[in-house]
Amino acid sequence: MSLFDYTIKELQEKLNHKEITVTYLVKESYKQIRETDDEVQAFLTLNEEEALKQAQELDEAGVDAEQFPLFGMPIGIKDNIVTKGIRTTCASQILSNLDDPLYDATVMTKLKNAKAVNIGKLNMDEFAMGSSTENSSMKTTRNPWNTDYVPGGSSGGSAASVAAGQVPFALGSDTGGSVRQPASYCGVVGMKPTYGRVSRFGLVAFASSLDQIGPITRTVEDNARILEVIAGQDEMDSTSANVEVPKYSEALTGDVKGLKIAVPKEYFREGVDEKVKESVRAALKVLEEQGAEWEEVSLPHSKYAVATYYMIASSEASANLARFDGVRYGKRSENAKDMMDMFKLSRSEGFGEEVKRRIMLGTFALSSGYYDAYYKKAQQVRTLIKQDFEQIFEKYDVVIGPTAPTTAFKVGEKIDDPLTMYANDIITIPVNLAGVPGISVPCGFHPDNQMPIGLQIIGKHFDESTVYRVAHAYEQAAGYYKEKPQLGGAK
Amino acid sequence: MSKISKDQVKHVANLARLAITEKEAEKYSEQLSDIIDFSEQLNELDTSNVEPTTHVLDMKNVLRKDEPKEWISKEDALKNAPDQQDGQFKVPSILD
Repeated sequence: MSLFDYTIKELQEKLNHKEITVTYLVKESYKQIRETDDEVQAFLTLNEEEALKQAQELDEAGVDAEQFPLFGMPIGIKDNIVTKGIRTTCASQILSNLDDPLYDATVMTKLKNAKAVNIGKLNMDEFAMGSSTENSSMKTTRNPWNTDYVPGGSSGGSAASVAAGQVPFALGSDTGGSVRQPASYCGVVGMKPTYGRVSRFGLVAFASSLDQIGPITRTVEDNARILEVIAGQDEMDSTSANVEVPKYSEALTGDVKGLKIAVPKEYFREGVDEKVKESVRAALKVLEEQGAEWEEVSLPHSKYAVATYYMIASSEASANLARFDGVRYGKRSENAKDMMDMFKLSRSEGFGEEVKRRIMLGTFALSSGYYDAYYKKAQQVRTLIKQDFEQIFEKYDVVIGPTAPTTAFKVGEKIDDPLTMYANDIITIPVNLAGVPGISVPCGFHPDNQMPIGLQIIGKHFDESTVYRVAHAYEQAAGYYKEKPQLGGAK
Repeated sequence: MSKISKDQVKHVANLARLAITEKEAEKYSEQLSDIIDFSEQLNELDTSNVEPTTHVLDMKNVLRKDEPKEWISKEDALKNAPDQQDGQFKVPSILD
């Protein structure tokens, strides 16, 4: 049994009883990385020296898990979360020389205050644009369950690293499914909190009205423990909500008696793999046996979500990514003669294919004469998608469906076809558009390729507690969290 | 059917401050037209009386006290700059 099969609570008990030290935990993490990352390729930057120093300080100070809820816990961070003094690249060439960022994202400050230890920065699709992590300009991360397959994306490094047992937990970010879909593909737990739940200060912005940071873990309990540390209003992010943060870990009662589950028929439409549907239906049965009730419902505007999302997300991205201009930080083209040249060449040389495509699409959608037809239209359809959820949540506690239409696909399989790649996010995107919380929990393996399948549980605004309670009850009954990939060719 | 011409692509690229080659202009013309065509499905919906959603939570004018605070020093701000001179960011000439 690996050390990272234990939960945060169990690890802290071991620390308390002096069975292990923080230094031992941190070293174990780097040992796992050295043994498996040639295959998985999850990490972009390691924070080893600093992490070991911090571990030693924590060991000297003595365990205090009461005051510091993540005391000594090693964690991996997606590379679009700004870490003071630690290279932060968003897996983009334009930031590949940003070795010394000036400040910490609010989530990093909160993790530091809780005495978690930052192990390093994790690979991702460039600027979080993608569903396979193949859009990284740095390396291609592989799925630990079978390295011919993608880990999903855009938080592919985070999900793969947790699945491979390199770190027990990681942070990702989710704009259209970027935490939940890789969690599903890699057989781990990924939460996208309510929009406004976690401060976005220091999360390099992709689409500001959709982005949220979320934890990726092996168990629901650990996920809840990390969210309760990183959530909360922040004066540095005016879109972070002034809503009290409950103790999510205390919501895990195992009781789902009388819970009302809505199952949208749109989430089982064509394009969704039959075996994925079967796994989700089997999961519903597990919840039913525990006293929950489910009914089929309709979220009629779901089918418009992908088109709506790509208009809105690309438009916001085109504005957000205007800041990368080669003036203040990041890479500047060496071939520029005048300033306009410098802007254009720095950006063209620094951004990858997908990023440029989305900047182009967004700039077009926002340009004079097209704004109403594309951007505003998409925002109006967004209202309809949000209302779909509001109506369902008047009668039901949670919405359940698959996380993704299929299991992971093979590296290289979809990279040349943007629209097919986008369709992959069809069940995760509506959740971001509506701003509600959603989690992916492992619910089985596909019989054809043995790759993990994810169950998605969606809740009301700021009701992560119910989402966690249902996810935990299912997880404990189903037991898939005990399964783990065999790396090193011992499949 | 919307078709985004190569000239339109070049115009948009200029707005986005991206340098693109003739070949890229052709590729973007095709790819963006495909995506725009795909998004035409939104026109199946009558949204004439629907308010646009720019933000999912009901919050307005979130303000904090306007107080000066220590943030980063000038020296730090210049630390990651590609080029600098006399405590300022330096860029190539704007005019010939």
